[in-house]
Amino acid sequence: MHLNNSKRIVALGVLAALSLTGCAAGTSGSGGSDAAADCAPSDGKVDLTYTSWIPGIDKVVDIWNKENPDIQVTVQTGPNGNGGTYKNFFNQLSAGNAPDLGQIEYDALPNFRVQDGLTNIASCANVSESKGDFIDWTWNQVTFGEDDSVYAIPQDTGPMAMYYRKDLFEKAGIAVPTTWDEYAAAAKTIRAEGGYITNFPQNDVNWFAGLVWQADGKWFENDGDKWDVSLDGAESEKVADYWQNLISDDLVSKVPAWTDEWNNAYNTGSDWTWISAVWGANSISSGAPDTSGNWAVAPMPQWNAGENKAGNWGGSSTAVLKGSDHPYEAAQFALWLNTSDEALTALNQEANLYPATKDGLKLPVLAEGVPFYGDQKIYDTFAEAANETNADFTWGPTMTQTYSDVADGFGKVLGGSGTLNDALKTGQEKTIAALTAAAIPVNE
Amino acid sequence: MSQISAGAPKEKLASRTAAMIVMGISTLYFLVPIWWLFVGSTKSRAQFSSTIGLWFADFNLWQNIHDLLAYNDGVYLRWMLNSILYAGFGALLGTLFAAMCGYALAKYRFPGRELIFNVVLGGVLVPATALALPLFLIFSQFNATNTFWSVFLPSLVSPFGVYLARIFASASVPDELLEAARLDGAGEVRTFFSVSRRLMTPALVTIFLFQFVAIWNNFFLPLIMLRDQTLFPVTLGLYTWNSQVNQIPEIRTLVIVGAFLSIIPLIIAFLSLQRFWRGGLGAGSVK
Repeated sequence: MHLNNSKRIVALGVLAALSLTGCAAGTSGSGGSDAAADCAPSDGKVDLTYTSWIPGIDKVVDIWNKENPDIQVTVQTGPNGNGGTYKNFFNQLSAGNAPDLGQIEYDALPNFRVQDGLTNIASCANVSESKGDFIDWTWNQVTFGEDDSVYAIPQDTGPMAMYYRKDLFEKAGIAVPTTWDEYAAAAKTIRAEGGYITNFPQNDVNWFAGLVWQADGKWFENDGDKWDVSLDGAESEKVADYWQNLISDDLVSKVPAWTDEWNNAYNTGSDWTWISAVWGANSISSGAPDTSGNWAVAPMPQWNAGENKAGNWGGSSTAVLKGSDHPYEAAQFALWLNTSDEALTALNQEANLYPATKDGLKLPVLAEGVPFYGDQKIYDTFAEAANETNADFTWGPTMTQTYSDVADGFGKVLGGSGTLNDALKTGQEKTIAALTAAAIPVNE
Repeated sequence: MSQISAGAPKEKLASRTAAMIVMGISTLYFLVPIWWLFVGSTKSRAQFSSTIGLWFADFNLWQNIHDLLAYNDGVYLRWMLNSILYAGFGALLGTLFAAMCGYALAKYRFPGRELIFNVVLGGVLVPATALALPLFLIFSQFNATNTFWSVFLPSLVSPFGVYLARIFASASVPDELLEAARLDGAGEVRTFFSVSRRLMTPALVTIFLFQFVAIWNNFFLPLIMLRDQTLFPVTLGLYTWNSQVNQIPEIRTLVIVGAFLSIIPLIIAFLSLQRFWRGGLGAGSVK
């Protein structure tokens, strides 16, 4: 490990400098964007490797392999990104045997970009042209706002909405909250009924980021030269204050998320709502089976009445990793995987992936009512949310560290000391320190 | 009688009770997680989160096992088979190498013997985890990552086994016996396999068990080396599934049942081998 780290830090410094001067210059052929000239089809039969942790992805890839005898894709798998696959990618990149394609979540892409682990596929046929097919914010995630650059193809998203117990709200005579003010008021009524409006999780910092995202907050920005870090920006502060009040007034439960205790809070009707991503639909139906038919989905509460803004939680892309001998074929496969109806339908059926394309949101499988939610067509709400998500939210290059530092602070708050804003301030300082330590330039 | 020695038996009883309590508590401590795992694997997904963890709800074990074996074309069985291959053959060959090496270090005199032994001893101190990444880079040089051998070959090495074999060989294999064997015309290899190996059996069983468990539980090396899920050992496979639980909650039951089934081979290995172990030690002590 020691070897790896020191090597990586050295490489990082060099590459960060390289790639960032590349962006600043904005000319083709500079820095990492060396793909401009050489994205041509290879001769003969091509074998690609694709690493993804999506269960059942091999069945989707089989469809491609049957239709494309000359471009055969082998699926490799492993644990989810932060569970080990990202580390494996970096090991493989330094050993020179990375797969041609890899699944990378949006919040990890900047890390791979800064460490020069991605191939620019902008000049590969059909790639830049497909910009309009994808939901606006996802495209910014894969280009990093650089000119003539596409480093990955968006795969899925996690637009956020509010899951709520329709039956309990009706019984208690509470109107479904449309603003955060109404949500806080509902929280008091629900607490008086003996329940909690929702749960505040310690470790889902990317969930909290989704809330900040909805409030038009930004945690990171890259001006092409240096990174701006603003975990403690004004919008972040507003969101943190809001939840701090709910926590201080004991209006939300404080159970660790994804545990039995947490499932139970929903299953027994003690927690009434969950602001969550589209994929959360499955988490509830499996964690709270006794409440089937009682749930419904509404848009996220808004900061200003009449607005229609949403945040996003999760989602990933298909990137062509550095060192691939066949970027053209890899890009064509990635486009097919993430835009064709057959692939998107299969991905949704195998693994509940929610497409990142505008057309994908209209897939027949997403137009059906879901029995667990009283046959509501819940995906209509999420499709709207996906289109209303702020396109300018940017992730930083050290999200794992940021998440864990902020989560430490959140833990203290739930334990009764400090505030969410303190946690964000600490996260801010530690993130800047981490970027500086990795020789990534920061505006302080 | 009762008046004279009232103190002694009472103390004995008290200390025995105390010992029993301590042992009882530690037994509970070790068995409760296994009990939880067993109970958990008998539950349906719905009841898993809604009923108490340490007692049964509806008995769903067979259905769960059936689902586990059917999921993803039965890849779980493949993982079990892989684990058995890695751990079984790895431990067998590893034990053989450790025994030969330890025996040679104990019974032959040659220059550098102590140096070699000390280097091996130093190897005991290096955790296997620290070697995984260098191994990955070395195997990358030969394009041998993501192969059966990338996990199997490193598993054959057991510095602790060499240490144990040396200690045991010098204590349990008398030089006179080796002399006699040589006088009778047996070659060194034959002496090792037909005389010394038998005397060393208890140590070998111990080394085998240690090595078997170490390979079975080895997780980091396969994590770094393997990408093809048909090569995964069961530990890595279950970890992979478990990392998906948030988004694909259906898998959770499979992880629980899979974890439960994956400890069974270990239990079998221990129960069937501990007879040799004790028998060997006992035979040695009587003579």
